Amino acid sequence: MMGLATLLITSVASATEVFVLSASPSHMRALAASCAACHGTLGNAVVPNGGGNGVDKAKLLAGIDKTDFLTKMLAFKSGEREATVMHRHARGLNTQEIEGLATYFSAQTPRQPSALPSQVLNKNHAN
Amino acid sequence: MQTNRRDFIKLTGVGLGLGLANASLSAFARATKPPIGRVVVVGGGYAGATVAKYLRMWSLGAIEVIVVEVNKQFVSCPLSNLVLGGSKSINDLTFGYDALKANHGIQWVQDTVTAIDSTAKKVTMLRGELSYDRLVVAPGIDFIYNDLPMLASAEGQQQIPHAWKAGWQTVNLRKQLEAMPDGGVFVMNVPKAPYRCPPGPYERVCQVASYLKAHKPRSKIIVLDANAEIISKKGLFTKVWATLYPGIVDYRPDSAVTSVDVATKTVTTDFDKVSADVLNIIPPQRAGKIAQIANLTEKDYPWCEVDFLTYESKLVQNVHVLGDSVAAGLPKSAHMATNQAKVCANAIVQLMAGLAPDSVPVFANTCYSFVTDKSAMHVANVYRYDEAKKIMISAEGGGVSLAPSDKEGEYAASWAQNIWTDVLT
Ligand code: HEC
Repeated sequence: MMGLATLLITSVASATEVFVLSASPSHMRALAASCAACHGTLGNAVVPNGGGNGVDKAKLLAGIDKTDFLTKMLAFKSGEREATVMHRHARGLNTQEIEGLATYFSAQTPRQPSALPSQVLNKNHAN
Repeated sequence: MQTNRRDFIKLTGVGLGLGLANASLSAFARATKPPIGRVVVVGGGYAGATVAKYLRMWSLGAIEVIVVEVNKQFVSCPLSNLVLGGSKSINDLTFGYDALKANHGIQWVQDTVTAIDSTAKKVTMLRGELSYDRLVVAPGIDFIYNDLPMLASAEGQQQIPHAWKAGWQTVNLRKQLEAMPDGGVFVMNVPKAPYRCPPGPYERVCQVASYLKAHKPRSKIIVLDANAEIISKKGLFTKVWATLYPGIVDYRPDSAVTSVDVATKTVTTDFDKVSADVLNIIPPQRAGKIAQIANLTEKDYPWCEVDFLTYESKLVQNVHVLGDSVAAGLPKSAHMATNQAKVCANAIVQLMAGLAPDSVPVFANTCYSFVTDKSAMHVANVYRYDEAKKIMISAEGGGVSLAPSDKEGEYAASWAQNIWTDVLT
């Protein structure tokens, strides 16, 4: 675990301008927000029982331990952890982005959002 | 911003008639500081609702946001093919906007936009007017009926629904399918790409086939594809049809619909004439009506070109375009619409605060397709801005499922719950 974290910090420190950009809050919040379709707003998924996409409620992305997040994402990236879809997302991101997401999600407050209730379709709806 | 404030009060003078919610009035009254700017959003679909929410969230309430949407409710296109298969009802896919409005202090007007004056920065609706500092247009798609004028009327669509905007047409098509006798023929087309939801028509084939297999095993489905081949998840769909639905799916590439006889439900292509018991025609598509009204498309290309850092139109200043109306190159999916909305919200917040927008946006995109009532498969990619080409390009590592699975079906259902809650609360 320590080895991993050290490795990441070294590679970040040696990176250039790109990192400064990718580490800026506005860049990271938009990237992190693209995970919300499956993991909920600010990492708070709504579906209990193995929902929230394989993450149980106790392990929302919101408030996740930083090292835990890094380990999981890198395992998806390398293929060490089998996944239905996360290997695609992890492989598309570079190490700096994964590091930035770890910081971002670990700083979010875990909440208990409930799923939005559906409604009866209104007679006057167009289409 | 004094004028904006006055405009808004003028509007609220007739407010209840315009469908403004009490929640948004009190949210406005609560605002202590004058807003740093006003954004009007036209369209409350995946893109429009998302941009409204994230503008409020990321500006910490400093940007005033008004959404203009013609419908009272949000009906999800994703999962609506399952209504045809029978495992979902349209009422499972219908939601209100109240939570979104109340949670984020978004002002809401239920009305139709009739004109946009980008010089005066003004939106005209049937029952009022709004000024804006920036306008976001997220109107979805519009159908092109030039070659199929017989389907342009409500009457034509009652007989032959497109069911490509979820709602009553979806319900209508399901009822027709239920009423079809065993041994009947369901005919549908795939319009020429680009169109909304690339894998959507092929998912529909699976859903209809799944219903037929269980309830009308002597029936079949003929698919007339205007494209030269299946344009999304080709290997997977081909295999699913051959293994799960043998003898049910008759797929015909290069078969653009040239004409339809509404009374007899007969379709003509360049090579063929096909008669249907139930007919589902999905017309070719272009950017939504508002995009046309606002001159956001060029004459010879019916989609909107944008700057992918801000989603500002390349043709009209201070007007941003989101979702299915945006020029092809990015798949027209719900997840994509929300991603564009978030990049756009982020950029507008930065710009209104006098800061530069993010110069290297990156986002994740996934489309699930259900091949039975339970089993699904994905196509997933990360997209990153390419500074040389000035477009979003897919990063390495993207791709499709090896095979559909029930596990992915569960995750797809969970995707739906999470994206609905992200967009609408
Ligand atoms: C299309 C849906 C989808 C998207 C988008 C998505 N994920 Fe996931 N995520 C999943 C699923 C499903 C799993 C369970 C593993 C699997 O089967 O892929 C998962 C698992 C995870 C886990 C492991 C959780 C644990 O405790 O075991 C992490 C961390 C994670 N995702 C982070 C992210 C991040 C960061 C993003 C955005 C860059 C993201 N995900 C985008 C669907 C998604």
